[in-house]
Amino acid sequence: MKSEKGNAKIKAEGNAGREPTRPGRCYRPNVDILERDDELLVLADVPGAGRESINVKFEDGTLEIHAVVPARQDEGQDYLIQEYGVGDYYRTFQVSEAIDAEKISAAYADGVLTLRLPKAEAVKPRRIPVSTA
Amino acid sequence: MRRGFQHGLWNPFQQLRNEMDRLLTDFFGATTEEFLPSMFRAQPAVNVWEKDDALIVESEIPGVKSEELEISVTGNQLSIRINRAETSEEGVTYHRRERPVGAVCRVLQLPVEVDAEKVEAVLRDGVLTITLPKAESAKPRKIQVAGN
Repeated sequence: MKSEKGNAKIKAEGNAGREPTRPGRCYRPNVDILERDDELLVLADVPGAGRESINVKFEDGTLEIHAVVPARQDEGQDYLIQEYGVGDYYRTFQVSEAIDAEKISAAYADGVLTLRLPKAEAVKPRRIPVSTA
Repeated sequence: MRRGFQHGLWNPFQQLRNEMDRLLTDFFGATTEEFLPSMFRAQPAVNVWEKDDALIVESEIPGVKSEELEISVTGNQLSIRINRAETSEEGVTYHRRERPVGAVCRVLQLPVEVDAEKVEAVLRDGVLTITLPKAESAKPRKIQVAGN
């Protein structure tokens, strides 16, 4: 995997400890996670999800994404080519960076969920000017 | 992988070839036109099914806008081309980068003749659905049995 640099502030992810409560398959969405000076940006591919059916939770440094995807075809549908399955998306992340949870925002467009996690004031980098004597 | 090939063209060998093509292009990112620049670019996956009067091709292409999409039908070949805008950002740290980038093209051999004039494509919430009405000659016909 390229372009994963820096000491990853987001680690240990998975579905450990959580069992889906509804039947059907659950998929792990592909994500991009970018860190800017003042925020973490999470882009998650959750095509086919309805805007109202995406749940994002941030608790004790754990970010949880769950998107409900309604079936688009009948269960017994025969396919000439079937290269992917349709089902809910679920993924969690541990975020060790201090986040201002109140200010987390989420947007959904074109099947992509965009989460902005602003860093807490205390951890934003501050430039300290060096004065010359 | 289910097999419901009612047509000679959808034989298991064709399927295998498609799979191989996909694997290879996943690996080398190589359609004939795009070779090196598109290394490691994955082709969009598709689901294809058949109705009495149409073929439906569906693909999940989150983040792609309709103006970045080029769909064309030539004979019995459907091509889906995605020209994603380059979105790399300077001065940021990527902790994960799993979402596909760049331009890709997927070409599918259609098992029946379709009416290219009437092909329709809808893009909604990152799901592309292409409806390809079958040509008259390819539609199933009910034959009345005359009694005496």
